[in-house]
Amino acid sequence: MSIVTVQLGQCGNQVGHELFDIICSDAQEGGRERKVYNTASCERFFHRTAHGDLIARAVLVDMEPKVINQSITRAAKSGRWRYGEESHFSQKQGSGNNWANGYCVHGPRHRDVVEELVRREVERCDRLAGLMAMMSVAGGTGSGVGTYVTQCVRDIYPKSFILNHLTWPYGTGEVIVQNYNSVLTLAHLYQLSDAILVHENDTVHKICGQLLNIKHISFGDVNGVIAHQLGSVLQPALTADSHGAYSRNPLGELVSALACHPEYKLLSVCTIPQMSSASMAYSAFSWPGLLKHLRQMLVSNTKMEEGIDWQVRPPAGSERTGSLTGPGFNTSLANLLILRGKDVYSAETAGFEDPGLYSSWLPSGEAFNSWKSPVPFNKYAKSATLVSNSRALLRPLDNMVGKAWNMFASRAYIHQYIKFGISEEDFLDSFASLEQVVSSYSQLC
Amino acid sequence: MCCGAMTQSVVVQVGQCGNQVGCRFWDLALREHAHINKKGLYDEALSSFFRNVDSRKSDGGACGVGGRIQHLKARAVLVDMEEGVVNEILQGPLREVFDSTQLLTDVSGSGNNWAVGHMTYGSAYREQIVDTLRKAAEHCDCLQCFFLIHSMGGGTGSGLGTRVLSLLEEEFPEVCRIVTSIYPSAEDDVITSPYNSILAMRELTEHADCVLPVENQSLVDIVNKIKHMSHGGKPGCVIKRDSTIISGQGGLSGAEKPFDAMNNIVANLLLNITSSARFEGPLNMDLNEIAMNLVPFPRLHYLVPSLTPLYTLADVHVPTRRLDQMFSDAFSKDHQLIRADPKHSLYLACALMVRGNVQVSDLRRNIERLKPSLPFVSWNQEGWKTGLCSVPPVGHSHSLLALANNTCVKPTFMELRERFTKLYRKKAHLHHYLNVEGMEQSFFSEAVSSLSSLIEEYHHLDATKGRLMPDAPRLSIAR
Repeated sequence: MSIVTVQLGQCGNQVGHELFDIICSDAQEGGRERKVYNTASCERFFHRTAHGDLIARAVLVDMEPKVINQSITRAAKSGRWRYGEESHFSQKQGSGNNWANGYCVHGPRHRDVVEELVRREVERCDRLAGLMAMMSVAGGTGSGVGTYVTQCVRDIYPKSFILNHLTWPYGTGEVIVQNYNSVLTLAHLYQLSDAILVHENDTVHKICGQLLNIKHISFGDVNGVIAHQLGSVLQPALTADSHGAYSRNPLGELVSALACHPEYKLLSVCTIPQMSSASMAYSAFSWPGLLKHLRQMLVSNTKMEEGIDWQVRPPAGSERTGSLTGPGFNTSLANLLILRGKDVYSAETAGFEDPGLYSSWLPSGEAFNSWKSPVPFNKYAKSATLVSNSRALLRPLDNMVGKAWNMFASRAYIHQYIKFGISEEDFLDSFASLEQVVSSYSQLC
Repeated sequence: MCCGAMTQSVVVQVGQCGNQVGCRFWDLALREHAHINKKGLYDEALSSFFRNVDSRKSDGGACGVGGRIQHLKARAVLVDMEEGVVNEILQGPLREVFDSTQLLTDVSGSGNNWAVGHMTYGSAYREQIVDTLRKAAEHCDCLQCFFLIHSMGGGTGSGLGTRVLSLLEEEFPEVCRIVTSIYPSAEDDVITSPYNSILAMRELTEHADCVLPVENQSLVDIVNKIKHMSHGGKPGCVIKRDSTIISGQGGLSGAEKPFDAMNNIVANLLLNITSSARFEGPLNMDLNEIAMNLVPFPRLHYLVPSLTPLYTLADVHVPTRRLDQMFSDAFSKDHQLIRADPKHSLYLACALMVRGNVQVSDLRRNIERLKPSLPFVSWNQEGWKTGLCSVPPVGHSHSLLALANNTCVKPTFMELRERFTKLYRKKAHLHHYLNVEGMEQSFFSEAVSSLSSLIEEYHHLDATKGRLMPDAPRLSIAR
């Protein structure tokens, strides 16, 4: 079953390209024991031409041409895969960092063309597992056009699974109005998307600096880490329901494992180990070691494998509080553990089934799921990925809403949005929706 | 469906000063492009400000991107009510770059009278102006921005220039209008410059998307500083040839005339603000992103420019120190193009447009370093917009243009209003204005009232400086 990806805006197109590149590399690794996996992976993300070339199942959309051109060129240069010749759409002007310009003007204006491109890609799939839209929330195109396109896709494919992959910007700002753009995007997507998978630039930046030891971190480095983590979620795996074969319904199973309640759709990702390729040759990991670290990272809400606070423990039932700032413990609603590599069947995951980790609403049998694949991913002999629906994103979300609200209280920049067709009411509705999300996650205990 | 072109901009230069500065811009732009574009191909970068015309072709000769350069024509409209400056241009080395359909001239000038420029010529030439602008717009695939260059103190640039500005808004409402306005110093020769400036200010407040105010006195100060460094500075500190922001950089025109030094500074401002539109880089800043990020309230669109470095020293210093010094200088009052001290006023937003071999990490490091000493308004504590263009200006390894939306413009405007009031109280020279057909006294009172309420808005924001503003109470939702 295949996933169709829509890459939106500069970030969506850059990260998307990295993702396909990593997946293709992984899917072309030699070895007889990889054959079934490789086939499943290729089928999921690429279609083959008559000549056997791999063409990404992707639609590229941007309001200015430079990034799409770069992504297409780089893919073709790899010699291993490329984008479809007709699978992109761009304009000249850009969205000027303005969500309303993207959502109200560019989106509707180019609706037919983009829908047609998506349709064509979907029709090329024997069976559709679902769609994934990739974008950032800070700018104008990924956020605004991305939201509009998600809406269109939802309208055309009401029964399909739609996953949105979002990159959240650096807290210290890339775009002055990024918090407005983020609030508007998240509020709308919450109604449209089945699950929202988030990567934060700040977190990934730290991983690049501290774990990968990169001195002058570029956006290319950041995108590489995001693509690795996302790839480790989406590559084929054996699930409880897939009866010994690679799951044919990855998005559906992801959504039902993690996002079963409409108020709780925000998912964070953690992958370990992460290290520079130089260090990899000298490292050996055990499953118990990896899983112990990952569990503590979850519990203490540490997003990377350094500076973990080992003091934090799940509180006893009587101590559970539903507050924003809690005692450092991160309550989960649901978790999905994905293990890939050598000896994966011997990995003991009981630590993640501890009811203490979870809110009391779901029986822990339902709150925890695990997928496994005996095939190593992206050169890591063993890797463990945790996709969490927990309070991990609560603080960043709350900060984002708080800053946007402060700005809105002064009505700063609002005229720039109203100019393109949204109203103060629309802003208020979005704020209200997100306060609801913040409240829901705060009360998770 | 994939269009490869960059967007285009059109420069509209009005009046004597506007045309002199404009010409310096075109001169330096050509030199910049010649420096980069070794193959003589008409590329995307060139097309943002130049057309490529093959006069042998019968259909008007426009050539698309990708071919060889035939004749470059500036995407410009030149307007002046005196012939002197424009004639000089047409006889000088830039004559090939403009054709007669881009020019609009008259002979008698505006007598330093805003009303003559705005009303008399504005009405008489309305259709011609619109036609000329339309033609320039039609030559563009995707017109994004009009750059208007003019001075505030005289009659043509100030009066006719602001009339052109409102025509631009009427006829091309979706195209961004960025105005570079040269403000007169207190000791200006033209007695009525306060009248002209205040009457023009109202138009700028109402019809421009962004204004880049430049004060003559600041330009004079910067020129003197550079000359002092060149001729007498510390021993061993030699300024690299052709690397100052006042040098013509050996452009087409060769020898420099008296105001060239000052005009070169403004031309460099325009070169740098358009660099991201003309060349590629790792973090592009589109022109429409400037207004979006820097203008939180429609009338507060006055962006104080500062340029660094003013010159490059010939000896090579440790790069990082020099780079960090460049960032520090951008916030010092000596580098601002108006007489103002942004560090001691309140920032509403700030853009940094960097050119040359500078990494994202350098940018972030310097912002972190400088942030604590720069007061930002409570709701925009992280109000930074940044851009990186790979191509440095000729003669430099890197450069920085900062655009600050900062309340430090308030004293400048207040001073202007005082100069105006001194004259207006005595009704000095008023009859010259009121005698012009279409002009009424209410124009004066409305203009000064517009300026006063602008000053009030800055004042209110200033009052919040230094106060710990509590966060706005969050929306509470029913649970």
